[in-house]
Amino acid sequence: MKAATFEYVRPTHIDEVVSELARAGTDARIIAGGQSLVPMMAMRLVRPELLVDINHVSELTGIGKNNDSVCVRAATRQADAGRSEIIARVVPMLAAAVPFIGHNQTRNRGTIGGSLAHGDPTAEVLLVAMALGVTLDLRSEKGERSVNIKDFAVAPMETVMEEDECLVAARFQPAPTDLRVTAVVEEVAPRAGDYAILSVSAEIGLDLGGFCRHLRLGVSGATPVPFRPHMVEIALADSLLADDEVDDAVHLIDPVLDPESDVQASAAYRRRVAPGLLGRAIRTARDRAVVSLV
Amino acid sequence: MKRAVTLTINGEAISSEIEPRTTLVDFLREDVMLTGTHVGCEHGVCGACSVLLDGTPIRSCLLFAIQAEGHEVTTVEGLVEEDGSLGLLQDSFWETHAMQCGYCTPGMLIAAYGLLAESADPTEAEIREAISGNLCRCTGYVQIVDAVRLAAARMRQQ
Amino acid sequence: MTDTTPRIYVSTKRRPKEDGRFVSGAGRFVADIARPGMLHVALVTSPYPAAQIINVDTSVAAACPGVVTILAGPELANATAPLANAVDTPGVKIFPLAQSTVRYVGEWVVAVAAETRAMAEDAAELVEIDYDPMPFVVDPTEALGPSSPPVHSDHGNNILYDRVFTWGPVTDDFTISPHQLSFHVRWGRSATVPIETFGVIAEWGAGNQILDVWASIQMPSYPEQIASSLKIPLNRVRVHYDVDVGGSYGVKRGIKHTILVGYLARKLSRPIRLIEDRLENMTGGDMHGPDRRFDVSVAFDAQGVIRSLKLRALEDVGAQTGRAPFQLGKPVSAIVGAYRINSVEYHATAVSTNKTGQTAVRGFGMSPTNVALEMAVDKVARYLSLSRLTVRRRNFIRAYEFPYRIPSGSEYDSGNYHTVLAKARDLSNLDKLLARRDAARALGYVAGIGLATCLEPGGGNSAFEPLLNPKNETTTWPESCAIKVDRTGRVTATIATSSSGQGHQTLVATIIGEELEIDPDQIQVLHSDTLSALPGNTPVASRMAIMLGGAAAGAARKIRERVIQIGAHNLGCGLDDVIYCNGRVVRVGYGGQFITLDHIALIAHREFHNLPPGLSEPGLQAIHVEQVPQGGTLPKSDGRVQMYPCYSFAAHMVYAEIDRLTGKVSLEDYSIAHDCGTVINPDIVRGMVIGGAAHGIGAALYEEFVYNSAGQLLSGTFVDYVMPSAHEVPYIRVAEHCTPSPLTSHGQKGVGEGGYLGAPAAVMSAVNDALNPFGVECLELPLRASKLADLLAEAE
Repeated sequence: MKAATFEYVRPTHIDEVVSELARAGTDARIIAGGQSLVPMMAMRLVRPELLVDINHVSELTGIGKNNDSVCVRAATRQADAGRSEIIARVVPMLAAAVPFIGHNQTRNRGTIGGSLAHGDPTAEVLLVAMALGVTLDLRSEKGERSVNIKDFAVAPMETVMEEDECLVAARFQPAPTDLRVTAVVEEVAPRAGDYAILSVSAEIGLDLGGFCRHLRLGVSGATPVPFRPHMVEIALADSLLADDEVDDAVHLIDPVLDPESDVQASAAYRRRVAPGLLGRAIRTARDRAVVSLV
Repeated sequence: MKRAVTLTINGEAISSEIEPRTTLVDFLREDVMLTGTHVGCEHGVCGACSVLLDGTPIRSCLLFAIQAEGHEVTTVEGLVEEDGSLGLLQDSFWETHAMQCGYCTPGMLIAAYGLLAESADPTEAEIREAISGNLCRCTGYVQIVDAVRLAAARMRQQ
Repeated sequence: MTDTTPRIYVSTKRRPKEDGRFVSGAGRFVADIARPGMLHVALVTSPYPAAQIINVDTSVAAACPGVVTILAGPELANATAPLANAVDTPGVKIFPLAQSTVRYVGEWVVAVAAETRAMAEDAAELVEIDYDPMPFVVDPTEALGPSSPPVHSDHGNNILYDRVFTWGPVTDDFTISPHQLSFHVRWGRSATVPIETFGVIAEWGAGNQILDVWASIQMPSYPEQIASSLKIPLNRVRVHYDVDVGGSYGVKRGIKHTILVGYLARKLSRPIRLIEDRLENMTGGDMHGPDRRFDVSVAFDAQGVIRSLKLRALEDVGAQTGRAPFQLGKPVSAIVGAYRINSVEYHATAVSTNKTGQTAVRGFGMSPTNVALEMAVDKVARYLSLSRLTVRRRNFIRAYEFPYRIPSGSEYDSGNYHTVLAKARDLSNLDKLLARRDAARALGYVAGIGLATCLEPGGGNSAFEPLLNPKNETTTWPESCAIKVDRTGRVTATIATSSSGQGHQTLVATIIGEELEIDPDQIQVLHSDTLSALPGNTPVASRMAIMLGGAAAGAARKIRERVIQIGAHNLGCGLDDVIYCNGRVVRVGYGGQFITLDHIALIAHREFHNLPPGLSEPGLQAIHVEQVPQGGTLPKSDGRVQMYPCYSFAAHMVYAEIDRLTGKVSLEDYSIAHDCGTVINPDIVRGMVIGGAAHGIGAALYEEFVYNSAGQLLSGTFVDYVMPSAHEVPYIRVAEHCTPSPLTSHGQKGVGEGGYLGAPAAVMSAVNDALNPFGVECLELPLRASKLADLLAEAE
């Protein structure tokens, strides 16, 4: 399991990154954390001629907040996002997801942007991005563009990124500050920390009366790419998130589910468990928010 | 085509010429002859190849050596005290017999080292989380948990 | 019987000798060894479960940089003899590289040797092979049928072994028993999956005409098979045992790897290294373990006393046989487990399919059988509404009945099953666990308590070889130790095996230290090589504490006897006037007059004139070759056989909760009480017991090599083949009991396999106890979360 040969460049500026990509055309790949790319290269499932290492591009690292969004730059390590005070406060769903991303050693190296660009439908970062309706900034020699996540991940392992584009940052809408906000991620995985069979996320904001004024949900593992179940969010808007309300509402996703069977679980399992898991995440988030209200 | 790389390994500056496709673990083992770091799966699951990169545990099968340019790498060989005696964590692993075949042990030590650098008194759950990316087929992890707890207690006494 | 023998080093907590090198990164594994001028091998493997090889074109690959040679099957087959078959199947001819047909996905077809492994892989993907796909069979039941395509056409069908053994009046016992139950159990294809893959280096010495081999090996008769296949004299094969093996638990067999690199090393006159990568290891290595289906029937009375057992075992050994069918043989050694079952019918069938070949796995086929047996006991209890403990107690062999001969012929040496079960009950605090389970159930949780016991036969004499293959008349599996006391009095022992985590250096040093009353830390223990080693059969079958321990004790006792002779002579008295104590020969009653071991060693090496008359051999050394206790006889015509000398015992208690929605099983509490006779090193024994149980938890809940109907392996990476991490294995507690074996040097028995023999049955017991209120059961391993959730959903 040795990668095929490749050339390697280590630009220090985003302009160099995109010019290297433009020069190499389809044969180039960006490497950030490499936690998904390198195994595929070792198995020779991917064999770029040129590897563009973006770990030394300072503009691609870091977490910042302005008035209307939190900007997580693409090469930000997952572990750094997990440790970030801003993320914990303003993007709690991402903070809740980080412990589920691989293991300590892979989070220390893997990046937020790499996870999104890779397009693995089981990736927790993609789940959160989808639930929160993240905006992605892409850059190429031709210029910049922004894409909403739901238009970005189009199929398993397939995004709308062009070969010459580099993901620069993901911009998250901050969670409301005037509500009690909690976020929960629930996962079913054959082994803790590994590829999930199903994962769901819920971020809720309760007002002082316990009414749900903010709800963001995500479901992955039961459709080709993760999705945000707006119908459930709408059904539960302004409710008290009572158990029976939640249990009814989560089944609104049933018609959307289109799972496949594999070694670990049948399609029927995924179809049955996905709504239940989503309900569990919502109820857990609710309970934590209620505790914080008291 | 080979490229030059310079990095620090266990405190020593190392320069070499390598193919970009050479992983850090292969570089450590084949070029620097530090064979304490082991190869288990080469696809980032088993954790046998764990090393510290600038003090934090990573998988060295998922990093090309050329990417380690300018970084500090610490392997199991670098966990010993300055006088060459076993480090406290290593000694604790020996004390509780936290291994059998010894193959996953260097990676386990690195994972545990990373934990103890951040937490002086980790709970069993935190220990398990810290080593959960390292597969051990011999021990069932119990004596490894014991070892990390013992090392933490000894470190607190120091 | 309990053990009250005073001891100095045996059974005391001491740091294992081996661990110092492992924690410092100074272990010496095969991949750590680099020979000058060494070449590296990569393999081209079959993408088809069955196909004719039409053409192999290596021209492009051969022109790649660094490529030295490319080898295909016909050349290798012409130069070597086929690999050994366990059972008598002359139509099954296996070579390291496929000849004209491939028989499973992952089978090696072409080997590339190049200057680096990466270069070898570069070339390997450019080898072009044309295949013509052929019919294949994946399902073992289908493979039994006459219309199934034979995996080995010269064999004619897929049945490699088939025999019905009847021990005792099975028909009568079933007739007179008021109750009978029948059911199926399935053990999924899993294995031991060490974190180190198999690796081997071979180097042919032009000068000494010796093939040197360094390998990650744990296999009996390894040099013999190398010599035989490569057609060179056995005394020209030198396997170096001073290679640390990164886990094995049975699977590190590597004979095809070794024949391949041995042939290339001779052909090219360069050292050749083949270290499997994980993909080669999982699909085409010696990796897959038992894959077994059972039909079980038990006959019992109203008190739950089981009178008779019928066991049909269908083993899917895949496409390469090796020793795999023998894994149907070892269970004969303890076919009734811990129970006084009067008669047994055992129908054992090994069938070939187009899958990766099966190899030896911890317990050598016993763990699946124990699942079948223990589920039978659970079912009897449930059927009669008795507690599972009660039924076990009623059926256990009583402590006063030892030695106890079971229907299949083996005599159990010693044991106290009731006491060990009681210890497990107490350690697990069963009453509290029951209350916890019932409280959890009342809250709507799916909760269960599992209980399983297991026998661990140890010290193997390989009697399953003649049992399953009458042409094989093996009746001994000796183990050896040589001890040399040098002229300064330092002790060095050499052993004839490599180790894969069992702590043999610690074992030998502890036992020699005990016998010679000197600090084990001062005793050097070396792994030798096959040319300088005495007979040995490697650490399989939980045998080393018994066999290597016996060899070390035997040699040490010879040394001690000689030391006393020389000491007494030099103290000017008779043998009866001295005692040996703490490394000294002391004259009794003469004010403590003594002579030290160091001094005696000097006399033995240098002062012939001070040796007692009759001692004509200078130096101070001894060898001991230990015969297997109770060994030495061939099986009887009905298959009754004394298979193993020593029988350890364990009882597992586990509390599990199942997430009703997701099916995820959490093992909340896990206790083991076990009896392996005298413990040599407590930490090593504890580690073996817990580690074996963790391995069994993997087989029970997570691990399986899954094939689809197209014969493709779906779980060939560590992502898909799920081994438990520190999150999945609970903090297992262990209690010990000691019933010494009357057959061994210090009362010790085997311990390396027991955890793995008990855990799958215990976990299955817990899961089914949890499922029971829902009226469903699952007797198929692994008990995947999704499968359990599907069952619970159906039940609702």
